[in-house]
Amino acid sequence: MKFVKQTMVLSTALGVLGTAAAAQEVNVVSWGGAYEISQVEAYNKPFTEATGIRVNMIAADNPATPLKAQVEARNVTGDVFDVEVSDAIRLCDEGALVEIDPAILPPAPDGTPAVEDFIDGALMDCAVANIFWGTVIAYDTTKFEGEAPSTAADFFDLEKFPGKRGLPKNPKRTLYLALIADGVPADEIYDKLGSEEGVAQAFAKLDTIKRDVVWWEAGAQPVQLLADGEVVMATGYNGRFFDAIVGEGKPFEIIWDGQYMDLDMFVIPKDSPNPEAAIEYLKFATDTQRLADQARYIAYGPARKSSAALVGLYQDGETEMAPHMPTNPDYLTTAVMDDPEFWADHDAELTERFNSWLAAN
Amino acid sequence: MSDALDPHAAVATTAGGVATGRLTTADGRPLSRALARSQMRARRRAFLLVLPLLAFILITFVVPIGQMLQRSFHNDGFSRNMPQISAWFAENPRGTDPDEAAWAALAADLTAAAEARTIGVVGTRINYDVPGTRSLFTATGRQVRGGIEPPFREALLEINEAWSSPRLWNAMRVASSPYTVNFYLASMDRTRAEDGSIQKVPPQQQVYGMLFMRTFWLSLLITGLTFLLGFPIAHLLATLPMRKSNLLMILVLLPFWTSLLVRTTSWMVLLQQQGVINDILVWMGVIGGSQRLQMIYNQTGTIIAMTHILLPFMILPLYSVMRTINPSYVRAARSLGATSWTAFRRVYFPQTLPGLGAGALLVFILAVGYYITPALVGGSSGQLISNMIAMHMTDTLNWSMAAALAALLLAAVLILYWVYDRMVGIDNLKLG
Repeated sequence: MKFVKQTMVLSTALGVLGTAAAAQEVNVVSWGGAYEISQVEAYNKPFTEATGIRVNMIAADNPATPLKAQVEARNVTGDVFDVEVSDAIRLCDEGALVEIDPAILPPAPDGTPAVEDFIDGALMDCAVANIFWGTVIAYDTTKFEGEAPSTAADFFDLEKFPGKRGLPKNPKRTLYLALIADGVPADEIYDKLGSEEGVAQAFAKLDTIKRDVVWWEAGAQPVQLLADGEVVMATGYNGRFFDAIVGEGKPFEIIWDGQYMDLDMFVIPKDSPNPEAAIEYLKFATDTQRLADQARYIAYGPARKSSAALVGLYQDGETEMAPHMPTNPDYLTTAVMDDPEFWADHDAELTERFNSWLAAN
Repeated sequence: MSDALDPHAAVATTAGGVATGRLTTADGRPLSRALARSQMRARRRAFLLVLPLLAFILITFVVPIGQMLQRSFHNDGFSRNMPQISAWFAENPRGTDPDEAAWAALAADLTAAAEARTIGVVGTRINYDVPGTRSLFTATGRQVRGGIEPPFREALLEINEAWSSPRLWNAMRVASSPYTVNFYLASMDRTRAEDGSIQKVPPQQQVYGMLFMRTFWLSLLITGLTFLLGFPIAHLLATLPMRKSNLLMILVLLPFWTSLLVRTTSWMVLLQQQGVINDILVWMGVIGGSQRLQMIYNQTGTIIAMTHILLPFMILPLYSVMRTINPSYVRAARSLGATSWTAFRRVYFPQTLPGLGAGALLVFILAVGYYITPALVGGSSGQLISNMIAMHMTDTLNWSMAAALAALLLAAVLILYWVYDRMVGIDNLKLG
């Protein structure tokens, strides 16, 4: 389905590009869904108003895939791509991306230069972060009478909290959770995962719930699985759960213990069709106000320190956003931050091992 | 057409008794050559007619697939971006310890690759063979970007001790040639040991061999199931009066025309634990509310959904063959004393074989490459090798690996096709 969808997305994108007039425009490839809507509302509309440059939004399951394909085929059609940190680093090292000088980014309203205003790790040679997002556990409150689960360890406790679990079908966002649930402190996760015993320990913990796991691949699936009653607990992207809870009034509750934090980065590929417009868009979308505005539409944390103070209410006008932000200090004690270097080295190896573990009955 | 090229003219000439020794045309040229020329012209015209199709197939099918398959044994990520050390490997045979010249070449290449921002490509290529080394390249690259002072061996080892690893040097030697069989080795759960010999990967890393087996076993099973389910239906369609059989035919064709995704997701609605079938079973009291059956997100789900989706490919060829079977053969057999079972077994069934062969081949080959349905309903135990190919295409972006797996799958199908041809004969196929 993923491939079909991507082909469809690509062909639609090509169609759009083919018919587009010569007027100034910029093609932004992002993740679709509620996230895309938040970007359209917070970035694209004011950008077009301010500059007259039209923004074409293109959805992909993971924008790094079409980026790599376009660069390989030497036919780049997207100008700005929204990718994960590990992909940004990898693509930058492979020479697929334009280097971005942080000095061109607008300073904070109080004059703090962008280099200091962005949170550590949010600026890279070829990429500028826009938001933090978390992979968190959510459960269906109607399924647990009496005591409700509250920790990552509860996710693995089938006796106390019986029922199916939803987990993503990749090693990156499953192995760490198993270790956290097994009592490994958040700051020792990557040391553990780098060692044979640590990996074995993670798989052993996963073994305890393997028979009761429904595996998901696309971000919309865990929410759907919970809503269908197919699972009682699932991990998923905090923005999507927020959307289901606040936007659709679903009886879900989020467990912030053991969240996995990622950054999303804007990158510009080499030989993009509208390089100047791409830079303009990137500068505009990552300024203090725009990043704060995005939180009105989705529960992802802005990558600038100066944006935090401007984050207010959700678009419904009554929900306070701060308790829903993955960057809320209360949730950071057991949060595991994505380590792109680790995953660049070990992703292939651990993915192979994970698949082997999955396929064995 | 001129007289000279008309073979009939020659026949007329010879018949007139003018030429004696060998046959010639009216203007005295040998007949055989004239015939060959005229046939050549006809052939050329026929070729021109199919030329557009040939070009179309070549451009849209053979070339892209060929390019993709080429990636399975050709990966110049290292050799192109590290020319000096690659040259050193070419000059010095395997087993030579790296001397200062080698370290100098390595340092120069690392510096150049880091400045050209191709160091990631280099690291990715080596990381395929020695997991965990990608960051060794990128991190070293960052440090040597401004240049590096001799002695190079000490300088590089100071940056990271791992540079002295024999396994790393072996991997670099292998990668210094753009042609490699390592991706094929990996597709067969094999790897190179430190001394370069081929060995099995540890059990917890093995996955492809088992998935190939599962893919072929499930495809066989699904082919068998479509036969068991499809044969009676095809027979019914072929023997009912036209009006009724047309109605039934629509029931077969309607799902055939429905989108694959719609059919697969319908099965999800039916089979999931909170789905229609489980609801009915619980309502009827066959199972308790807590014992709902797991019929999807596992192998069962893959088998059920794929059998349903591939069923028309079995029914249609069977039907077209059964329509042509003369009912009087079976009647004759019965009147000669055969029981209905014997008449079916000895007279009717053998005549359906061309349709069965075509249907089985279609279903099997389609099943071997099936991707969407197992991805959606297969969970973890119902995944097939094609899902692994897709994963390498879209997630790990290791296209060489995807190409190697695809090439193996293609080779396996071609071998099966050849075996089938030897055993049954392709000429016996009847596709409709």
